[in-house]
Amino acid sequence: MTFRYLPMTDQDKKEMLETIGIETTEDLFQDIPEEVRFNGRLQIEEALSEPQLVKEMGRLAALNKNTKDHASFLGAGVYDHYTPSIVNHMLLRSEFYTAYTPYQPEISQGELQAIFEFQTMICELTGMDVANSSMYDGGTSLAEAGLLSAAQTRRKKIVVSKSVHPESRAVLHTYAKGQHLEVVEVDTEDGVTSLNALRAEVDEQTACVIVQYPNFFGQIEPLKDIEEIVHSAKGMFVVSSNPLALGALTPPGKFGADIVVGDAQPFGIAQGFGGPHCGYFAVTTKLMRKVPGRLVGQTVDEDGKRGFVLTLQAREQHIRRDKATSNICSNQALNALAASIAMTALGKQGVKEVAHQNIQKAHYAKKVLEEKGFKTAFTGPFFNEFVIELKCTAKEVNAKLLESGIIGGYDLGLSYSELKNHMLLAVTEMRTKEEIDQLANVLEGLACVQNISH
Amino acid sequence: MRTEHQSLIFELSKPGRVGYSIPELDVPEINVESIIPSDYLRTEEADLPEVSELQIVRHYTALSNRNHGVDSGFYPLGSCTMKYNPKINEDVARFPGFAHIHPLQDEETVQGAMEMMYRLQTSLAEITGMDEVTLQPAAGAHGEWTGLMMIRAYHEANGDFNRTKVIVPDSAHGTNPASATVAGFESITVKSDERGLVDLEDLKRVVDQDVAALMLTNPNTLGLFEEHILEMAKIVHEAGGKLYYDGANANAILGFARPGDMGFDVVHLNLHKTFTGPHGGGGPGSGPVGVKEDLIPFLPKPVLVKEDDLYKFEYDRPQSIGRVKPFYGNFGINVRAFTYIMTMGPDGLRQVSENAVLNANYMMRRLEPHFDLPFTQHCKHEFVLSGRRQKKLGVRTLDIAKRLLDFGYHPPTIYFPLSVEEAIMIEPTETESKETLDEFIEKMIQISKEAEETPELVQEAPHTTVVRRLDEATAARKPILKYMKQV
Ligand SMILES: Cc1ncc(COP(=O)(O)O)c(C=O)c1O
Repeated sequence: MTFRYLPMTDQDKKEMLETIGIETTEDLFQDIPEEVRFNGRLQIEEALSEPQLVKEMGRLAALNKNTKDHASFLGAGVYDHYTPSIVNHMLLRSEFYTAYTPYQPEISQGELQAIFEFQTMICELTGMDVANSSMYDGGTSLAEAGLLSAAQTRRKKIVVSKSVHPESRAVLHTYAKGQHLEVVEVDTEDGVTSLNALRAEVDEQTACVIVQYPNFFGQIEPLKDIEEIVHSAKGMFVVSSNPLALGALTPPGKFGADIVVGDAQPFGIAQGFGGPHCGYFAVTTKLMRKVPGRLVGQTVDEDGKRGFVLTLQAREQHIRRDKATSNICSNQALNALAASIAMTALGKQGVKEVAHQNIQKAHYAKKVLEEKGFKTAFTGPFFNEFVIELKCTAKEVNAKLLESGIIGGYDLGLSYSELKNHMLLAVTEMRTKEEIDQLANVLEGLACVQNISH
Repeated sequence: MRTEHQSLIFELSKPGRVGYSIPELDVPEINVESIIPSDYLRTEEADLPEVSELQIVRHYTALSNRNHGVDSGFYPLGSCTMKYNPKINEDVARFPGFAHIHPLQDEETVQGAMEMMYRLQTSLAEITGMDEVTLQPAAGAHGEWTGLMMIRAYHEANGDFNRTKVIVPDSAHGTNPASATVAGFESITVKSDERGLVDLEDLKRVVDQDVAALMLTNPNTLGLFEEHILEMAKIVHEAGGKLYYDGANANAILGFARPGDMGFDVVHLNLHKTFTGPHGGGGPGSGPVGVKEDLIPFLPKPVLVKEDDLYKFEYDRPQSIGRVKPFYGNFGINVRAFTYIMTMGPDGLRQVSENAVLNANYMMRRLEPHFDLPFTQHCKHEFVLSGRRQKKLGVRTLDIAKRLLDFGYHPPTIYFPLSVEEAIMIEPTETESKETLDEFIEKMIQISKEAEETPELVQEAPHTTVVRRLDEATAARKPILKYMKQV
């Protein structure tokens, strides 16, 4: 059988074997001991031709309910946002996507400059001094912020609010275990970090306090108060932020954050069943040399012309090995590029407008649901997500919504025992008034929610 | 067209220009100050660019023209497996049923995605000879750390809390010792012998009751198969340690040997190398981890299982190391890898490795007269030359790499592994034709002649790129990590 990705002909093979001075390719595998050589045939599916392949993968894809054909109110860390058409066109420039990490700067100026621009835009949005070139995702980025804080302060206790994304907290626990760090979770009160509970936990052993802004419930955390608590104990202030929200909200940098992390998925990155997305990591100048991962810096070439290089590499695993600030090597560069293109397209005005539309639409949705008698769980200010109470499980409700072409919200009972029958709804700029009204009408008509408070 | 000067996007910005289009707000507008306290409302706008759509398109097109990918030309970057990235993979990954699904949708609504994942993890288990595979790690290094955390959990479950050491060969990739540190271990280096393989005597010396694991790349980063793998496995296993396989070099052995049959307990693969995930200019990757039976309880949560005809994520795993990543891994890269595996099938994958190894050996033998070859046995999918002969002439490996840029090539990996002086690590991959290899070989021979006859031509290279050599020292000493507006 011949394969379209394999150009070697019988004639090529013959000539190459001759040059090497052997009879058959089998000779090249003689160093694999007989006992471990695999002599069978791999028991995997048989090769498919291109048309067959498209058919089979198309079949699998069609089994999934997608957010193009349905109006989605599901967020919880991953959102359905406007993606300018040009994002995909530019991403498919294969000089970007078929390149490796830009180790050879002279032929990687395009990628390096794009990352330099990404770093700048992340700094602008977060209000921080330095941003790296990306991390795997918001969750691992948050965990690495915890590790950095512990290394920097030489303290062993990480304090994290329960209003931080449950999956990010779970990742933090796993990373912390590796480093023998303690993770303490702080309760919430009316949907935001309880300041009293936080004060009780933060002490001279506290490496950092990690909160999310807007938090997992969509609520806007009182960063000003939290900052005072953490800094008075000389811990690091870590904020995980949806960068799109920062088009409308005061950036964490303005509140004295030491590290800001998050995921740039809202900017031009498909939900894609949870990945690949694009973690970001931003710090104050003081922490510049402690940042995990790759950094791009501006410099000049031998003729004095501006150019870009990977820099401050003495932090990284390929130089420092076991003493590196992190083990990360490959990151999410192509998604950082996607985010850059989307941030550029939105620009100064668009990022603000889109963020504000999220606020407006989410508040409208909350209002119509309340008018229909639904109870919302929390009273504080929020961005584009809020929590409603149901009389039955979110799962049942979502099954019903799906029949009307709606992908419903996140079942908070899955992560918070005290929030059984609560649903987290996200309303982005993609949802029309009509869809929001329809959501409210369908919900109202469901037998299991009807009797809520009429 | 390649321009000599490329403005930053910020320098193209002019107040009032836009590059987006969203509908007018269609809900009654409320005063935002009435719902969000003023301290939390942004007053100073984020200074993002203000540019039109065509300006953006020209900008990124110009940037792409200042970049080299596999589609631009030969990319023999050792250890990175820069093979062709099939276009059909890109199409499939963009099917709405894959690209536009939310990870927290009810499982019944994403059975196709879960079936794809299940079939991929089953295929990878078979290819590596392991019992179960998790698709969660986002890249190789992430897989290493995941695997080491599992090994730690395994030892601890056996009441064994004193295994503090992870052994790595001196030729190991930097992520191996770095991952050991992040997982809370101390890394101990084991020496290589004169044939480039792990020195068995030294291994015996460093292995004791404190050893949690030996991390090994096989073929190793010199492109050489560790022939004594079974003895090494025995040494480590008898001391109670586990064997970890860094699968960055799996392109050499598909269908020829399986880590599971060599005695490895944990394996990670780089789907962005062996299985055609495009490297994206630095990522995203995907680093699935396979384990043997006794490590299954420790797999990260959730574990994807099939019950009757339904796919399910299982969370009730009391001995699991926990979560390593939100959601289920870099799904989009996994779609591409599965598409590739389905394209090649069992015979195709074996052919991949056979051709990759033949290509590498052919290049090695043709270059051997012109460059020092520290290890002369047959190589696997890549080989390492030493530029020490040219260095004596004042031409360093870095210079050779830069000279290759003039001919439109991406250079090989250089100065890695650290155990070889002036290392030049070449990995042609199976998707390159003999003509491409021959042209590259001719240029390498030409450069070796230039090193003798006109060394300054090499020392001053590159001559044809958009920028010349860059001042990396100043970049690190006085870092400029973002654009600052001139005022
Ligand atoms: C031998 C080896 N191990 C591990 C890695 C790390 O993989 P990743 O960059 O996907 O984290 C690499 C890639 O550079 C490698 O070549």
